[in-house]
Amino acid sequence: MIAYVVRRLFAGVILLVVMSIVTFALFFASPINPADFSCGKNCSAEQKEQVSRALGFEDSWVTQWGKFAKGVFVGRDFPDDPELRKTAPETIAHCPAPCLGYSRERTSTVTDLIKDTLPVSLSIAVVAFFFWIVGGVLLGVTAALRRGTIVDRGLVGISLVLYAFPTFFIGLLLYKFVAVQWGWVDVPRYTTIEDGGISGWLSGLLLPGITLAVFFMAGYVRMTRAYVLESFSEDYVRTARAKGLPKRTVTFKHALRAALTPIVTMAGLDFAGLMGGAIITESVFNYPGLGKLAVLANSDFDLPTLVGLVILLATFVIIANIIVDLLYAVIDPRVRLS
Amino acid sequence: MDTITPTTTPTSAATPGTGPFLSVEDLRVHFPTSDGVVKATDGLTFKLERGTTLGIVGESGSGKSVSSSAILGLHRGSSAQVSGRIVLDGVDLLSLSDEEMRLRRGKEVSMIFQDPLSAMHPYFTVGNQIAEAYRVHNKVSKKVAKARAVEMLDRVGIPQPDRRVDDYPHQFSGGMRQRAMIAMGLINNPGLLIADEPTTALDVTVQAQILDLLQDLQREFDSAVIIITHDLGVVAEMADDVLVMYAGRAVEYGPAKELLTHPEMPYTWGLLSSVPDVKGDTDARLIPIPGNPPSLLNPPSGCPFHPRCAHRDKVPGDLCWTERPELLQGSRGPSHLKACHLANPDEIYRKEVLVEIAPELAEEL
Repeated sequence: MIAYVVRRLFAGVILLVVMSIVTFALFFASPINPADFSCGKNCSAEQKEQVSRALGFEDSWVTQWGKFAKGVFVGRDFPDDPELRKTAPETIAHCPAPCLGYSRERTSTVTDLIKDTLPVSLSIAVVAFFFWIVGGVLLGVTAALRRGTIVDRGLVGISLVLYAFPTFFIGLLLYKFVAVQWGWVDVPRYTTIEDGGISGWLSGLLLPGITLAVFFMAGYVRMTRAYVLESFSEDYVRTARAKGLPKRTVTFKHALRAALTPIVTMAGLDFAGLMGGAIITESVFNYPGLGKLAVLANSDFDLPTLVGLVILLATFVIIANIIVDLLYAVIDPRVRLS
Repeated sequence: MDTITPTTTPTSAATPGTGPFLSVEDLRVHFPTSDGVVKATDGLTFKLERGTTLGIVGESGSGKSVSSSAILGLHRGSSAQVSGRIVLDGVDLLSLSDEEMRLRRGKEVSMIFQDPLSAMHPYFTVGNQIAEAYRVHNKVSKKVAKARAVEMLDRVGIPQPDRRVDDYPHQFSGGMRQRAMIAMGLINNPGLLIADEPTTALDVTVQAQILDLLQDLQREFDSAVIIITHDLGVVAEMADDVLVMYAGRAVEYGPAKELLTHPEMPYTWGLLSSVPDVKGDTDARLIPIPGNPPSLLNPPSGCPFHPRCAHRDKVPGDLCWTERPELLQGSRGPSHLKACHLANPDEIYRKEVLVEIAPELAEEL
């Protein structure tokens, strides 16, 4: 078990290295020169070269990746220029280990950027996860248990419609009507637990959480329904009925247990994906989360931030995968970790 | 727990005057679908006494399993329409409420299934599943139920039952899983045990052990057994009576020995001709039945077997195409029923079928 986790973590680290290399390669494969971005219009060739050196873009991308990787372990100075260190040390930003880079655009280390934005995205993800798992699984099970009835058709139909709705549209609808027009909740604003307590934190997250949950919930209703129906046709469910077990035991103990296993997997991976930020939801509600940071970094060609976010998201997905596999072994006795 | 109304005491023999232990009359199981009604079982009648075994034989899709599921009431809650009478120990099972039927399921009638790997829940231990079958009908503690499960596992020949009781189904071999299924089926001493192709998924050597075990347990518990199979060897070994099913109906019904030595229906001949004989002389031929089992949605006109029957031209006129033969007494006495228009089946069997599949036997006769 421990050996398994260690092996998986080791493989995960290798994967992270590969992902960071690929991100660097893709970035530099682009025809845009990042120095153009920082230097702006009417930039002379000389200025451009200066900027390029200042940003550390004059080296080959392989060298730059090497510096990046080194920085993760020992930290870095930006710019790493011995002369500047003598003449104007106050212009040098130090980025302590683990350093994922320094964003000139945002004049902040990527680590700090993540520290600021991750709690926002994590909060939205947790609240959304709660809504969509509870709602999606309960409604999906309900639909399956009432297969063919109006309840089932209604749930399946509504979830199909919601699934087809763009997230930004649902977000805007909720924003306009629930918060502004009807005033059922305060206009959502991100509040930390320190500032607003649990209730303030939650009330700020209600609408973004629901917005994000709706899309996933619609998918989970349909998925849960399908898995539960499938498990009802399993031979072991027939055996359970043949033993004379009450319907409730057959349904909840025998059929549902098997049906929910694949949902655990899906939920774990979906949650990890969401930790990297819900771009549309964060944009609609103007929440300063990872998703919004990623969009901004992308639009102004902010390599350090992009690499940092890619690594962070990949780490979440890798860890979630390991956790899901461990959970699987707990749920299903046939699964052996090896 | 011995609860107990006179009619349901598991150990009581059939009360005289109340008829046979199990009597199925004109059982029909129809499934309405968007394409029409699938008549999976269409008028099945048979009787069974305690301590005896009925073999139901037929190809896949002939309605064997559907009929036996109906006895257990497993079609309740589905769209299936079940009609007729299933009288077990004086009680018409079809007239019971769902809850009354549930209380009888696994207690007075239980079933063991074809593939024990898929028929046992992969997430629960074998002991847990067996004990669960006991606890649902007996108000005992988990500990007592588990002890009873160990006892049953021991009885069905699982080595080290006190240790294996905590294993999961996938840790058992195929034969052991089927033994565990049998333990689960018999833990409440049911009067009727339905075995749905209990050996089909097993090795040949294990098959013999399982059949042997079933026979032992039947003697011990004096239960009635319905064994569903397409293996005539199993029938010859186990059954007192045989019922041959085709397209949801019985086409031949009689005592096993009589029916297997003097079959009177071309479909039964076909089944017999399809069985390889180990002792076999090399002149004997294996003759498969041509074609496929008929659609139950839209069965052939007249005799449902006529499209595949090699002897239909021996029936005068187009009787086989136009009129379905009833299940009636043949030429060999009142206990042997057949549904066939042929006037002289014994002669045809002896002269045409037996010479092909067992030339030696044909000479002896």
